[in-house]
Amino acid sequence: MTGQNARGGQSNLRSVQFRREREAGWRELESLVESVEKRGLKALDADDARRLAMLYRGTLSALSVARAISLDRNVVVWLEGLCGRAYLCVYGTKRHLGRAVKDYFTEWVPQAMRRLRWHLLLATIFLVGGGLAGFFLTLGDMDLFYSFMNAGMSGGRTPAADTEFLRQGLFAIESFSDTLTNFASFLFSHNARIGIIAFALGVVFGMPVFFLLFYNGLSLGAFAALYHSRGLSVDLWGWLLPHGVTELGAVIVCGAAGLVLAQSVLFPGRSTRLANLRDRGREAAGIVLFAVVMFFIAALIEGIFRQMVNDTPTRYWVALSTVLVWLGYFGWLGRRRGRGRPDGVERDRRSRAQGQA
Amino acid sequence: MSLANTDASAERAIMTPEGIELTFTLAPIGSRASAFLLDWLIIIAITVGIGLLSVMAGGGFVGLFMLTHFLLRTFYFSFFEIVWMGATPGKRNQKIRVIDARGGPLSAGAIFARNFTREVEIFLPLIAIFKPDALVPGATGWVGLIATLWCLVLMLMPLLNRDNLRVGDLIAGTRVVQVPSTTLLDDLSEKRRRSMRYTFTDEQLAHYGNYELQVLEELLRGETIVDDATLDMVCEKIKTRVHWPRANWDVQVRVFLEDFYQAQRARLERGLRFGVRHADKDAARAAAKGGP
Repeated sequence: MTGQNARGGQSNLRSVQFRREREAGWRELESLVESVEKRGLKALDADDARRLAMLYRGTLSALSVARAISLDRNVVVWLEGLCGRAYLCVYGTKRHLGRAVKDYFTEWVPQAMRRLRWHLLLATIFLVGGGLAGFFLTLGDMDLFYSFMNAGMSGGRTPAADTEFLRQGLFAIESFSDTLTNFASFLFSHNARIGIIAFALGVVFGMPVFFLLFYNGLSLGAFAALYHSRGLSVDLWGWLLPHGVTELGAVIVCGAAGLVLAQSVLFPGRSTRLANLRDRGREAAGIVLFAVVMFFIAALIEGIFRQMVNDTPTRYWVALSTVLVWLGYFGWLGRRRGRGRPDGVERDRRSRAQGQA
Repeated sequence: MSLANTDASAERAIMTPEGIELTFTLAPIGSRASAFLLDWLIIIAITVGIGLLSVMAGGGFVGLFMLTHFLLRTFYFSFFEIVWMGATPGKRNQKIRVIDARGGPLSAGAIFARNFTREVEIFLPLIAIFKPDALVPGATGWVGLIATLWCLVLMLMPLLNRDNLRVGDLIAGTRVVQVPSTTLLDDLSEKRRRSMRYTFTDEQLAHYGNYELQVLEELLRGETIVDDATLDMVCEKIKTRVHWPRANWDVQVRVFLEDFYQAQRARLERGLRFGVRHADKDAARAAAKGGP
C-alpha cells in the first residue's frame, strides 16, 4: 500500500482516476445548468437539450459510483449539488405549454366536470338552498335584507330605495363609462375571490365551503326578494341571468373543488389522508383554474353585453344560450373517444393477445 | 459546506425517476418569508404604478387598476413558478425552488394548487385580523376571535410541522428547497505534485475511519479557518494515536498531514472496494480488535 503511493507525481487512487476520466462531462453539465438557471430552457437548442439530459443521467450514475468508492467529500457533495440542480432543470416543469393548454380545455376540463358531477350537484343544492332561504326569509321580513347583504355590494339598492331607482338600475344605459368598468371589475374580483376561497377552504373539512355557498345564496335570495316585492322580478332576472349563469356556475365549480378536498381529508379511503390530498388537490386546482376563466367570461358578458342590451326578452335568450353552451361543453366535449375508450382499448388488446396465443 | 454546518434535520431525500436518491436541503423559513415579501412588494409596486397612471389619466382606469390587482394576485406566483421552473423572482433572489416532494416532474396542476391556497393562508388571516367584520358579517367579538385563531393556525402552519410545509404544499405535494451551491475543488491528492515523504504501515492506518478522514480533508482545504497551532495540535494527536516512531517525532506538519491523508484515504478506499466501511474511529477500532 505504502509502496504504491510513494511513486509520487499523479495519484493512482482509483477514485482519483474515476474523477479524472469524467470531470470534463461534469463541467459541461455544470455550464449547461448555469445557462438554464439564468435564461431558462429556452437558452438551449435541441442539441444542447439532448446533451443536458444525457449528461444528467451520466452524472447521476457517477454520483452513485462516487458514493460507493470515493472518500473525497468535496467531490461527493459537489456531485450531489450538481445532480440536484440538473434534476431541477430536467424535471422542473413540463414543456410544450401550448399543447398542454389545448388538451386542458378540450379534454381535461369536461372530463373532470363529469367525474365530479355529484360534488357539483351537492354544491348546487347548497347554493340554491341558501337562495331560497334568503328569498323567503327576506320576503317575510324586509329588515333581514341588511343582515344577508353586504352594504358595499348593494350600492344603495336596499329596501329604503324607491322602486323607480331600482328599475333604473336594471335598465340604465351606460356607455363604456367609468362606473361600469369599476362595477364590473369589482364584481369580478369579489366573486372570483369567493370562489377561490371556497376551494381553498375545502382543506378544513368542507364546512366553510357549505357556509360560503349557502351565504352567497342568501344574499342573492335577499336581493331577489327585494325586487320581487316591488314587482320587478322578471326584469331583475333578465338583468342578472345573462352573466349570472356563468358566474354562479363558477362559484359552484369552486365549491365542488373544495368538496373534493374535504372528501379526501374526511374519507381518505385506502391511501393516507396526505397522499389523498396530494392526488386530488391537483385535480381540484385544475378545476378552480377553469372557474377563474368562467368568472372572466362572466365579467365580459356583464361589462360589455348586458349594459348595451336593454330589452328583457333578448336578455333571457342570451341567458338560455349560455346555459346550453355550458351544458354542451361539460356534457359532451372530449367524450366522443373518451366514452368507450378504456374498455375498447382493453378489449382490443385482449383480443389481439388471444389472436397471438 | 462544512461538516459542522450541515444540518441533517433539514435534509430530505427524494428518489429521482432514474432510481437514485438525491438529498435537498429544505429552505429555511426566513428565506421563504423574505422571498414572499419581495414578491409581494413587486406586486404592490406594479399595482400602485398602474394606479398612479390611472390617476394621471383622469381616474378613468380604476377598472384597469382592479383588474391588474386581481390578475397579479391570482396568477403572479403560478406564472413564474411555471415559466422559471419552480422559482418566482423572490425565490430566485433567495436561491430557493419548489420541487415535487416525491421526485417526479413539477406539474402545472401542483403549482396552481399550492398558489391558490395562498388565498386562505395569507390574505384571509390578514382580513380576519384587521377587518373581521368583512369575513363574518355582524360578527361579534367571539366569532371574530375564533376565526382569527383558526386563520392564525393556517398561517403559522409552516412552523408547526417538520418539513416547513404550507397548507398549499400539503395539497400540491410540493416542497421548497435550497438550490444547491458548492464549488468543485481540486482533489487533494492530485494537488500534491511530489512523492510521499512519510510512509505509513498498515497498522498505523488502522486507527481512523471515514469521518476523521473527511474532517482532515476540511482542515487541509482550509474550509474551516485554522491557524498553525491547530494544525500542530492535530498533527501531535495523530502521531500519538498511530504510534509514530519517537525517533522521527519532529515532522513538517503540513507535509506530514497531507501524506497521512493520502495514505489513509488509499487504505480506506481499498477497504470500500472489498465492502469494508469504517464510519469513524470507533468502528475502525472495533474492527481491529475483532480481527485475528
